[in-house]
Amino acid sequence: MNEGRIQKELMGMYAVWWREFKVFQREKSRIVSSIVQPLMWLFLFGSGVGASVSVSDINYQDYIYPGILAMLVLFGSVYFGLYIVWDRKLDVLKAMLVAPVSRISIFMGKVLGGCTDVTLQIIVLFLFSFLFPSINPWGIPLALLLLFITSIALVSMGLALGSLFNSLEGFQVISAFLIFPLFFLSGALFPIDDKLPFWLQGLVKLNPLTYAVDGVRGVLLNVHIFPFYVDFLVVTFFAVTMFLLGSVLFSRMK
Amino acid sequence: MEIIKTSALTKIYGRIQAVNSIDLSIHKGEVFGLLGPNGAGKTTTIGMLCTIVRPSSGSASIAGYDIIREPARVRRQIGIVFQDPTLDTVLTGRENLELHARLYGVSSDIREARINQMLELVDLHERGNDITRTYSGGMRRRLELARGLLHRPAVLFLDEPTLGLDPQTRARIWEYIKKMAQTEQTTVVLTTHYMEEAEQVCDRVGIIDHGKIIALDSPEGLKESMGGDMVAIRVKESPLEKIRALPYVYEVKENEGTLEIITKEAHLHLAEILSIIKDVECVEVRVPTLNDVFIKLTGRDIREDSIEDSGSWVDSVARYRQRGS
Ligand SMILES: Nc1ncnc2c1ncn2[C@@H]1O[C@H](COP(=O)(O)OP(=O)(O)OP(=O)(O)O)[C@@H](O)[C@H]1O
Ligand SMILES: [Mg+2]
Repeated sequence: MNEGRIQKELMGMYAVWWREFKVFQREKSRIVSSIVQPLMWLFLFGSGVGASVSVSDINYQDYIYPGILAMLVLFGSVYFGLYIVWDRKLDVLKAMLVAPVSRISIFMGKVLGGCTDVTLQIIVLFLFSFLFPSINPWGIPLALLLLFITSIALVSMGLALGSLFNSLEGFQVISAFLIFPLFFLSGALFPIDDKLPFWLQGLVKLNPLTYAVDGVRGVLLNVHIFPFYVDFLVVTFFAVTMFLLGSVLFSRMK
Repeated sequence: MEIIKTSALTKIYGRIQAVNSIDLSIHKGEVFGLLGPNGAGKTTTIGMLCTIVRPSSGSASIAGYDIIREPARVRRQIGIVFQDPTLDTVLTGRENLELHARLYGVSSDIREARINQMLELVDLHERGNDITRTYSGGMRRRLELARGLLHRPAVLFLDEPTLGLDPQTRARIWEYIKKMAQTEQTTVVLTTHYMEEAEQVCDRVGIIDHGKIIALDSPEGLKESMGGDMVAIRVKESPLEKIRALPYVYEVKENEGTLEIITKEAHLHLAEILSIIKDVECVEVRVPTLNDVFIKLTGRDIREDSIEDSGSWVDSVARYRQRGS
């Protein structure tokens, strides 16, 4: 009897993931723009700044490549999570929540759905990695793993925030006061060294996304400030915390 | 056998008593209608029975499972079509049903067949592979009905299944509901404020107003409680007392130049009633509708804004439509 229940919960979780995947496949324009945007950062911003700047003897474009991957994960994941506000407005979620599946399973299905979206987009960006000569292709699997864990954290965070808001008005506030600061303070676009003002160094080191960027940069470019295991542990801790917080808030959501 | 039982079920929102101590007992296989005006508490009652609204007090059970203590088991017994549409408009009709089948743990070996069967029941098998965003309102509603039934629930809740649809579509949806109740042996609990339509499908009707059930019986029983046929006569001067004195007249009142009479067997007595009145402008005779029952119980009309043909007409001697007041 217990086994049957677990199987039903898994089937419910799969159903939610399956739905998200269908939505992902249908929204082609969104996928294209979410991949074109990082490419523009790399080729337009990167070559512009790169014309006069290089970091640790690495071409600036190559240097920010890991940072732009993290940016894609950040924006893609958090917005995916926040999207449940919209689902709730359209009552799509209502039919799911009245089904005999626990909230936790629905939450996990959503998280996996978001991570799948983001990971597939990251894989597409990796296809362009040959254009960046300093990138070590053997580092890609480990980078992908770290970005996947980061995505679990950030989708959970988005869902947690989405559970708290009833309207889309919160989107702007979250973008301005959370997502952009997380991005700019992650070392995605500049190196974290002693040249940075002291206060900025402090903020950057408090930002969990910094460790994702640092870890990915370490395995792809062999440039890093923290050992990989530190990056990995911080990111994993961040993911576990956000996942727990998100599942609690999602379960309590009206 | 009773499948739904509520006792003193109550929901309070701030100062509003949305549902006020409702006691219901609904039998297996029955089509039960909850009728009432806007804000009467229909959706809230259904919400509590579906375990998505927590009662303030009182209790209820579905198929023997308590809605507060065993919500997961209750959910497995029920299907629901919400008042507001909840289809996933990014998915096709078939995908909506697939999603639902998985959420309800319908095993994969029967899923496909069951989905086809349901699409056929609501005549959507040809449009099953279209994205539901391209469906008309009536098609969406039909798909929601199919979805509600997909997992063979013991009880199907339908909250205003025909609201906002045109009369033809409404008629078809009621047909499906009747068909479903018969072929699937499902207990159906529905809400509506189309009284005439409820009369045709419901085995029993509970009239709800201000969160309270104020009458509960079969449609026939409710109408019989009115005491007879309804006669409305437009007159210049009204011999109110003389008519009231007639032995077969149950009730009479005057309303802006119209005498409203409730009488037994109007077809036998109309001639005599008319002979008492001198200047008859026009006469209308009909059997009472549930709306008449509602007016009698509450003093208000259930339909605030829409004036529709009410009820069926019987042997009217002279049949005029009264327009204006
Ligand atoms: N979430 C809520 N918060 C506060 N009040 C609510 C809430 N839901 C319902 N109400 C109030 O409870 C009362 C009953 O509402 P309900 O939706 O059950 O009515 P209804 O009979 O379904 O009406 P309608 O025919 O318009 O659908 C109304 O006065 C409504 O304003
Ligand atoms: Mg309602």
